[in-house]
Amino acid sequence: MRRVKYFIQQSWLLIAASFVFGLLIAVTNAALSEKIEQNRIDKIDNLLGGLLPQAKSFQLDSQLELRAKGKTIKSNLYKALSASGEIVGWAFNCQGSGYSDKIELLVAVDKSFEKISGFACLASNETPGFGDKITTTYYQNQFEGAPTKKLELLKTGEPSVIDSQIIAITGATVSSQAVVDIINNAIEQVKECIQNKEMTSNAK
Amino acid sequence: MPNSSEPISCVREKMMAGIWRENPVFRLLLGMCPTLAVTAAVKPALTMGLSVIFVLTCSNIVVSLMRHLLKPHLRILMFTLTISTFVTIADLLLKAFQPEMSATLGPYIPLIIVNCIIIGRAESCASKNNLLVSIVDALGMGIGFTLALCILASIREILSTGAIFEIQIIPLLSNGGWFVPWAAMSMPVGAFITLGLLLGLINKISKKA
Repeated sequence: MRRVKYFIQQSWLLIAASFVFGLLIAVTNAALSEKIEQNRIDKIDNLLGGLLPQAKSFQLDSQLELRAKGKTIKSNLYKALSASGEIVGWAFNCQGSGYSDKIELLVAVDKSFEKISGFACLASNETPGFGDKITTTYYQNQFEGAPTKKLELLKTGEPSVIDSQIIAITGATVSSQAVVDIINNAIEQVKECIQNKEMTSNAK
Repeated sequence: MPNSSEPISCVREKMMAGIWRENPVFRLLLGMCPTLAVTAAVKPALTMGLSVIFVLTCSNIVVSLMRHLLKPHLRILMFTLTISTFVTIADLLLKAFQPEMSATLGPYIPLIIVNCIIIGRAESCASKNNLLVSIVDALGMGIGFTLALCILASIREILSTGAIFEIQIIPLLSNGGWFVPWAAMSMPVGAFITLGLLLGLINKISKKA
């Protein structure tokens, strides 16, 4: 009994403070969590709006698990809807390793999954001045309208020609290759998932 | 130490100590992790500085209020608990109202928990002084830290992008100007070199004075 009393004497402040501070954080979280969630949705909507300008709204369709180099990565599949509620395109996020850190991309494709509508960089930490050019229009425009079959990276060529050949950024071959690899890997699997789903929904 | 006969000069003295004589970055060399990591541009540096001022002030207030209740062997635990609470609140606030900055700063906002300036001030000032002195000390140290970060960040941002606070002031060669941006300045190497040169400069100035 004396021991218990001793412990309480020593630690009552810590116990009381834990409860008070815990309550403080819980209240802040409850007050702000809605806004934080809204910010996240707004950011994705904003990016997707730029990639699929014909779409009016975006909906989370399903959560996929993509394989990448032996790891499974969670991915959100969004469907882009026009004003009348028809599907006009798909978008999903995917990631893989870049030159110095992982690269996370948001890739948009058209509704029949034949052409890439473009991609946006959600997170990257590539070398400033070289690899970080994967976020510039020079590189990104090459993907707008590219076919969804296997993309190929070339070191020299004409970047304005839209085909499955992507021209690398000078001095950043690794970063350029990384983006192409991530997109190649993800598109194939997402395509498969959607086709499977369509088959099952048709069978019903 | 507080002097009740001259509260105003004591306040000013405490404030200036944090900004110049005991500047946490340039004189005490504390908080080097954020100093090196978030000073690639002025905007994230300023956000970091303001978050530290918020956390430092709140934790100093709480620690100062409960300084008579602290048990010596549990005091560090209490400090960490207090600091982590306010850092979490600051993190949530940034996520809600400055989502872009929150994404840029990434893990560095939660890492304020282990910023030694804050636990250092709790230990050496707030746990021994009254509320007024603790608040003034927190503001002085916080402003000193923010100023140091902003000075470092403005040098790096100008040299790496020709802009300051994202406003272009030197025309870049690629846009028809003359300035070739120094990519190295926005990388860690730029942070180390700038900090080293600034420390040397500050030492030279304070030796003369």
